[in-house]
Amino acid sequence: MEIKLTLNGKVITEEIEADLLLIDFVRKHGCYSVKRGCETSGCGLCTVLMDGKPVFSCSILAARAGGHSIQTLEGLQEEASEFIGFIADQGADQCGFCNPGMVMNTIALLRENPDPTDDEIRAYLAGNLCRCSGYEGQLRGIRAFLDSRRS
Amino acid sequence: MQNIRNYVRPQSLEEAYTLNQKRSSRIIGGMLWLKMGNGNIQTAIDLCDLGLDTIEETDEQFTIGAMVSLRTLEQHEAFNAYCGGAFALAVGDIIGVQFRNLATIGGSLWGRFGFSDVLTVLLSMDCQVELYHAGIVPLSEFVNMKRDRDILVRVIVRKTPGRFAYQAMRIQRTDFPVLTCSASRMNGQLQIAVGARPGRAMLLPDANGLLSAPDEQPLTPEKIETLAGYAADTVPTGSNLRGSSEYRTHLVRVLVSRALGELI
Repeated sequence: MEIKLTLNGKVITEEIEADLLLIDFVRKHGCYSVKRGCETSGCGLCTVLMDGKPVFSCSILAARAGGHSIQTLEGLQEEASEFIGFIADQGADQCGFCNPGMVMNTIALLRENPDPTDDEIRAYLAGNLCRCSGYEGQLRGIRAFLDSRRS
Repeated sequence: MQNIRNYVRPQSLEEAYTLNQKRSSRIIGGMLWLKMGNGNIQTAIDLCDLGLDTIEETDEQFTIGAMVSLRTLEQHEAFNAYCGGAFALAVGDIIGVQFRNLATIGGSLWGRFGFSDVLTVLLSMDCQVELYHAGIVPLSEFVNMKRDRDILVRVIVRKTPGRFAYQAMRIQRTDFPVLTCSASRMNGQLQIAVGARPGRAMLLPDANGLLSAPDEQPLTPEKIETLAGYAADTVPTGSNLRGSSEYRTHLVRVLVSRALGELI
């Protein structure tokens, strides 16, 4: 079957298998920031934005993404660059495997709620698992970014 | 993962219904639970082109399309104002925002999953489901119907004035619940639903008018204790890796008591 979608601003028309998952589609197009993790819709490594909303790309057919706009971290590096230094300064990521998904969901959070409380940050990022750091570093990094923006 | 041969976006409910009459066809909903299984699907039916992703509000009711995501309903101000935030509270610990942006209200109810927070919270509201073939059915009936080849089209929540509460016990946030409980007080009557028993959610039957709660009569601590005890004696529970039957029965008493405490 043929689908047509926009991936990081580029229109792509392609023949795909009906059961191709969106994660495999975007990785085939070079978006290697999108990681395969739990494959049970629970870890957040595969987070992409579909029409601006964060979704698990391991849990949606590429076919359903037809007609929609998909963004991965490859297409959002400028927006991410505003805050990822603050997260790195906290030593928040160790192995870094969770980082792209965490950054993608943070972008979605800050678009939806530009000045979140700590509890709102925790709640929004609950769908992103990190097995190295215990989340406090990421929280401190995002908080430091928000505080710097305020000052 | 399921092997899917064909993917179809029907342009009418009749087309979707006709396609769904074959046993090898499946309506994919949000696809989150479907994806966890193995097997072959000849035709995956995606309802995403049928305009079922909207919430309509009138003076009498909310009409929620089957393809509305849990996240959309969680953020719907008027709906959560009506139910006192009970719905947003109920779904807030379901995995994460990314999951709830995909999971649909129709898929959540059609599955009649034992672990469903969604089923539990809506059971204590004045809620009906609209099925394409069978028509409008109270959710309390639908929950016990056998799965067939019909299509859940919309969910209707009537704006019956009332108060609503939701309680759940999880070993940790974002995990499946060990037990869920919702309660409401509408038209002088209490409705109490208990789910994740681990069986599918059920409404507590009214024995001898025990659930009567006229507005002028406050819920006293004694009445709450009586009702919590009645719930613990009445709701069947089972064991799985998240908790034993005995633990769940203890939780029924605790969560019903807490939920009713919010309705005084």
